[in-house]
Amino acid sequence: MSSTAIEERRAPHPAEGDRPAVVFEHVSLAFDEKVVLRDVSFTLERGHTKIILGASGSGKSTILKLIVGLLRPDAGQIWVNGERTNELSEMALMKVRQDLGMVFQEGALFDSLTVGENVGYKLLEEGMPADEVWPRVEEVLGFVGLAEQMDKSPSELSGGQRRRVAIARAMAYKPRILLYDEATTGLDPITAITIDQEIVKLRDIEKVGSIVVTHQLRDAFYVATHEAYAEGREIRTRLAGEQKADEAEFIMLKEGVLAFEGNATELRASKDDYIRSFLS
Amino acid sequence: MFGVIQDALKAAVLEVQEYVLLLKRVLRAVVTPPYYRADIIQQLDTIGIGSLTVVSLAGFFTGAALALQTGQTLDQFGARTLVGRLVSASMIRELGPVLTALMFAGRVGSGIAAELGSMVVTDQVNALRALGTDPLRKLVVPRVIATTLMAPVLTVIADAFAILAGWIISVTKLGVGSSTYWTAVVDGLFLGDAWQGLIKPVVLGFVIGTIGCHVGLRTAGGTQGVGRSTTNSVVIASVLVIAADFFLTPLLMRVLY
Repeated sequence: MSSTAIEERRAPHPAEGDRPAVVFEHVSLAFDEKVVLRDVSFTLERGHTKIILGASGSGKSTILKLIVGLLRPDAGQIWVNGERTNELSEMALMKVRQDLGMVFQEGALFDSLTVGENVGYKLLEEGMPADEVWPRVEEVLGFVGLAEQMDKSPSELSGGQRRRVAIARAMAYKPRILLYDEATTGLDPITAITIDQEIVKLRDIEKVGSIVVTHQLRDAFYVATHEAYAEGREIRTRLAGEQKADEAEFIMLKEGVLAFEGNATELRASKDDYIRSFLS
Repeated sequence: MFGVIQDALKAAVLEVQEYVLLLKRVLRAVVTPPYYRADIIQQLDTIGIGSLTVVSLAGFFTGAALALQTGQTLDQFGARTLVGRLVSASMIRELGPVLTALMFAGRVGSGIAAELGSMVVTDQVNALRALGTDPLRKLVVPRVIATTLMAPVLTVIADAFAILAGWIISVTKLGVGSSTYWTAVVDGLFLGDAWQGLIKPVVLGFVIGTIGCHVGLRTAGGTQGVGRSTTNSVVIASVLVIAADFFLTPLLMRVLY
């Protein structure tokens, strides 16, 4: 796979038309007796953001694992880029995953590889020539401000740096959908904002659709209410206009059931007791 | 009480089912691309070269102790000169493969389970899948190939060290002549023994590799779970090594002699 091949993959396929990036239709999942998700439906439009809120154990991370195909639903349908993934074999899912990037809770970087090898892992796996891989690795590490850490081992990095490397790894092969699983949990506010800014930059500059799972309200509202813009060679973030802010939708999960879906303004205006207690 | 037994039986059957499924997938992956050649070479080095010292030492001291013990017993029949025959036959047929496999289960099986278990609990295995890599081909197949190929090589080395140690003891402690010892070593061996000593470790190495990978990939429960998996892999692999040896021995004796 060369960089041209990546660009070709990124270009919307004519057959895709205006099909949403991700669709959940009445998805349910249980582990033995414990119901994790019950009849969950939502749609992520291309280039938009969906922020999934909820208490611990409410099924937020499970949604991401279902999208990537790490788990299979017991009932319902999941569509990713127009492919019905819940029916695909593991081999067929590999193709769908080419357009998906996932940032795991603790980064999930490979201990045995350096930071640079982690970021370039998928590119090397897919046979991209080394002289194209390393400039791309440098580019994405530069995007998250860690270009100088390329030769370090993941264990030498701080928690925040590891999450940023995980973001760089997920974006290296230019997927059109990025999934963030508690990317800011356990980080100090300054580092968390840095991660939020990366999410916003990827969405607005690289046009990557994103699903952000979090229980940190501050980060959720930051991503929903900010936008990124280029000023010369610098990329900055600012408060988003009303239309842009409306593109970011919130989903609130309560014990595996979808308790709310709407934008930031609607969420703040909600009279639901659970949502009120979550927001307070 | 009945419910507890039923649950334990169900869990055991599930484990066996999952293990058999893993074996099926491993065998399919071994004969179909893609292959991760660099990972296979790395595992051959880590598992094979890394175990050389421990296996050589185990072989050496077992051979020495065997020569001392059997020398004393053979003395009662005036057959001390046959000590070389006893050391070579028992090491190559039985003790070499089993002892090497047990050392292998302790060093390599536990290492595989701990490494894969850590990767599971830190989501690295999920990350591999999310990045479009099949963990079975990337992680399991190279380790199983390495344990299966390196077990017979290490067994031969352990056998060689044991016979060498037997010679040292025979000459220095038992007063057996050097040429007498080596003649007895050669006389005591049949071609079937050599085949037995090579086929057994292949099977035992495969068992150790697949058990380590199976237990590692089914790790749950954080760092405590990794510890549990490490212990389980050694216990299960060790018991299976001895059981497999018991069933293999009559089978090979029937086929090879």
